[in-house]
Amino acid sequence: MQWETVIGLEIHVQLSTKSKIFSGSSTAFGAEPNTQANVVDLGLPGVLPVFNEGALKKAIAFGLAIDAEINKKSFFERKNYFYPDLPKGYQTTQLESPIVGPGHVDIMLDNGETKRVRIHHAHLEEDAGKSLHEDFHGMSGIDLNRAGTPLIEIVTEPDMRNSAEAVAFAKKLHTIVTAIGICDGEMSQGSMRFDVNVSIRPKGSDVYGTRTETKNLNSFRFMEEAIKLEVERQIDVIEDGGKVIQETRLYNGDTKTARSMRSKEEANDYRYFPCPDLLPVEIDDDYINAIRGTLPELPDTKMKRFESDYGLTEYDASVLSANGDLADYFEVVVKGCNDAKLAANWCMGELSKYLNQSKRDIRDCPITADSLGLLLARIKDDTVSGKAAKTVFQALADGEGSVDDIIDAKGLKQVTDSGAIEAIVDDVIAANRDQFEELKSGKDKLIGFFVGQVMKASKGQANPGQVNAILKKKMAD
Amino acid sequence: MLNKTLKQLSDSLAAGEFSSTELTSAYLEQIKARDSALNAFITVTDEQALAAAKTADQRRANGEQSPLLGLPIAIKDIFCTTGVKTSCGSKMLDNFIAPYESTATSKLSDAGMIMLGKTNMDEFAMGSSTESSFYGPTKNPWDQESVPGGSSGGSAVAVAARLAPAALGTDTGGSIRQPAALCGITGLKPTYGRVSRWGMIAYGSSFDQGGPMTQTAEDAALILNAIAGFDSRDSTSMDQPVEDYSAGLNQALKGLRIGLPKEYFGDGLDDGIRAAVMEAVKTFEQQGATVKEISLPRTELSIPAYYIIAPAEASTNLSRFDGVRFGYRCDNPKDLMDMYTRTRSEGFGDEVKRRIMIGAYALSAGYYDAYYRKAQQLRRMIKQDFQAALSEVDVIMGPTTPSTAWKIGAKSKDPVDMYLEDIYTLSVNLAGLPGMSIPCGFKDGMPIGLQVIGNYFDESRLLNIGHQFQLATDWHTKKPAV
Amino acid sequence: MSLDRSQVETVAKLARLAIDDSEINDYVSSLSSILDLVDQLQAIDTTGVEPLANPLDAAQRLRPDAVTETNQREALQTNAPQAEAGLFLVPKVIE
Repeated sequence: MQWETVIGLEIHVQLSTKSKIFSGSSTAFGAEPNTQANVVDLGLPGVLPVFNEGALKKAIAFGLAIDAEINKKSFFERKNYFYPDLPKGYQTTQLESPIVGPGHVDIMLDNGETKRVRIHHAHLEEDAGKSLHEDFHGMSGIDLNRAGTPLIEIVTEPDMRNSAEAVAFAKKLHTIVTAIGICDGEMSQGSMRFDVNVSIRPKGSDVYGTRTETKNLNSFRFMEEAIKLEVERQIDVIEDGGKVIQETRLYNGDTKTARSMRSKEEANDYRYFPCPDLLPVEIDDDYINAIRGTLPELPDTKMKRFESDYGLTEYDASVLSANGDLADYFEVVVKGCNDAKLAANWCMGELSKYLNQSKRDIRDCPITADSLGLLLARIKDDTVSGKAAKTVFQALADGEGSVDDIIDAKGLKQVTDSGAIEAIVDDVIAANRDQFEELKSGKDKLIGFFVGQVMKASKGQANPGQVNAILKKKMAD
Repeated sequence: MLNKTLKQLSDSLAAGEFSSTELTSAYLEQIKARDSALNAFITVTDEQALAAAKTADQRRANGEQSPLLGLPIAIKDIFCTTGVKTSCGSKMLDNFIAPYESTATSKLSDAGMIMLGKTNMDEFAMGSSTESSFYGPTKNPWDQESVPGGSSGGSAVAVAARLAPAALGTDTGGSIRQPAALCGITGLKPTYGRVSRWGMIAYGSSFDQGGPMTQTAEDAALILNAIAGFDSRDSTSMDQPVEDYSAGLNQALKGLRIGLPKEYFGDGLDDGIRAAVMEAVKTFEQQGATVKEISLPRTELSIPAYYIIAPAEASTNLSRFDGVRFGYRCDNPKDLMDMYTRTRSEGFGDEVKRRIMIGAYALSAGYYDAYYRKAQQLRRMIKQDFQAALSEVDVIMGPTTPSTAWKIGAKSKDPVDMYLEDIYTLSVNLAGLPGMSIPCGFKDGMPIGLQVIGNYFDESRLLNIGHQFQLATDWHTKKPAV
Repeated sequence: MSLDRSQVETVAKLARLAIDDSEINDYVSSLSSILDLVDQLQAIDTTGVEPLANPLDAAQRLRPDAVTETNQREALQTNAPQAEAGLFLVPKVIE
């Protein structure tokens, strides 16, 4: 039988506020355990929450970025369950009236088509702490630094049909939340965590199968692996005559295996009800519009602008607009060299390769966008060859000085004096008389040999265009 | 010295008749001599009190003259106080020393008041008799075999027995007004949001209010002046200007419109109480007030509404008592589930467990709409009834309680018997209105309270009415025999 | 409405309370009588009435996004039943 996969995602996005959602504790990552957990975060008796406006504004910004309705009256509810990393015995969250209503995100598929993924809603809530599973005399340690970090939980409709779509969506969402500055996007620190709901059904069916939820995936790769694994598992179960049971699963990225979470098996009754310590959050159009006014250019808008203003292909525009920092870098490079295509090629080629190899973020790149722009300008004005420019690029990365200093110091300036080039060409022809005759008699591919020899003799400094032109002239002589 | 009101003591301190140290010592001696019989205090903070009194005397010597400077006060053990055990009457918090101070007590100490100790209460404020405390029942000083009411029974007894000139209590469904009535003192529950709840251990978050328990309305005004006000740490605290509650005490009551809800004078009301309340109303009429019968048709329904919403809130407010970060933890838990269930089963008393279970049930899947949501709708209807009534009259008067103090143990078998005692007080908390109980007579030697309910943020008027009544009567000066 | 024993046990478990066999009957009867009391409310027509969560119908105030707290771990952990290396210790958490 042919199976169709149905995927919906729930994404927890940590909002990059300075302080927690209901207390003035820092949200900085990596502090010593429990040093950023104050009386409110610990849920001590008699303490009370007060809502952080920074979290509200970031949640609204997200809603605006996905073209969603913003609820002008929303409120917080308590979701009740006992867990050691949940200090109050309830999570303050939103159920009935979330801040962000239905919206959508468009993703680009491998075949170049655009697909719309609907967002059911996004709600504000507080993060839990962490249970550390190292052994403390057979006990677990609880660190509540993360407890109270503001989150939005984004819930999609079950609109994705394979792992590639899910990953494309996840990456697009990452692009959006980092572009609008509501999340630092540090997946390895848990800033974005994905829960994946997967079910399968016979192709052509319009009834959903029983779904499972694989929780807390914190990389795109794990997400892809976990979905593929779960789809295979469900197909096996059904084809073996079994039934998929609704359950929560845990994927282990190291062993590439998944298992059912026993502790969540017992049916939960979360007893949601409006939190009496917090009042309804009421906002008006002016408040929403003020936030709209502060939104930076959204990735989709930027992509379209890159296509129209710079004449980039859709693919190049989508790659360069996907990361806000890269996009900004690219635009400075274009300004420096006045050639968008050249800038795009270098940003997506040499620069990306370098960042990947050195495991650096564009923000920590030792080559400034101005330097790269200047280097490309030097290619355009024939000061250096493209090949020599790569040497300059590496030297810039190694901190060897400015573009022009490096070109001078390394003697990379192209020889453009045609007399000097012609002399070298003559020497090469003289040394390879027979081959030159063959070239003249029509063996065209030998041209590459001669250009190569001339370049070699000039130690790479001759302008290859000129070499070509002079060779052609000699052949015609 | 110990029979003086807070106001009189304030004047005496200002006049230099005695020092705060002398005054504080005198109260501490009284507590030492008499509290073993009454059990009004869970913790007596002698050393801190004497040190604070010394500081207050120095402040006064340096020319400071604030009205509460150097005056002692007893604090219900529900307010977190730095460095002193805050138990909330529970084994769960028998070892809990809060690393922070409640806003209300911190304002009192800023005003120069001296904490004598922490008073006994029903466990987590759940009760109307102060019998459910882990530290044993508090006795009514008018009859030590009777309950003092609750949950702020310790605070009421401390004031009634003159172990403290004033006390701080909290009121979720009547817990200031009812013990004030049953012990013959004055108790004021302010408008919800008037006094910060920060550092006050929550029972029913949308009801809880701290307030003064004193001999007189004049004294209550002094305390309210100190504790009222906006607090940025409490989202439910209201940003309303704070009046000088002492300033309006002497206004004449001529033209005051009093409403008497017919539902407050029905079958369940003790005849002696009815007579005393009607007599009190007559006093106001003599001062030029007009009286009219009104209706609060859903008074009886305030019991089911309250006993759904408050336990629902409590059931989740009390989830934080899990043995992980503070408070009691059972010995040798064998696993996580065992730690939770034994910690909570051993740490909480019966009434607390009952209310947690009722609350959890009312919120559980399939019952939420029928119970919690319906109770919240009824809550709005009850509020609307009050708003309609208060558009016709300035204040509503009636009995605080349907009967006087009962014998210890008499209503402990069936919790519902006790719940019915709250009939006249609960609706005020459901609506969030201010309410006051003042002494207005006795039945068989036991005190009776007159309840006065006002409009939102109309505490000044309530205190004015209380003060004028106390100028005309002497019920508030009666004290139990030692 | 009265509760039966298994309902009481379910709700007790939800609230992480253990009720002894010797007490269960008392709880069944007292909780049932409380439910009888509150069930009066079922007779009331509340159609169209907006639930009231906060008596003053007020709106939430917003706090500026600023860090106002400092590390108080040592003081806060003096109340902890069991703590080590800055962590609160609990019986092993099994996911």
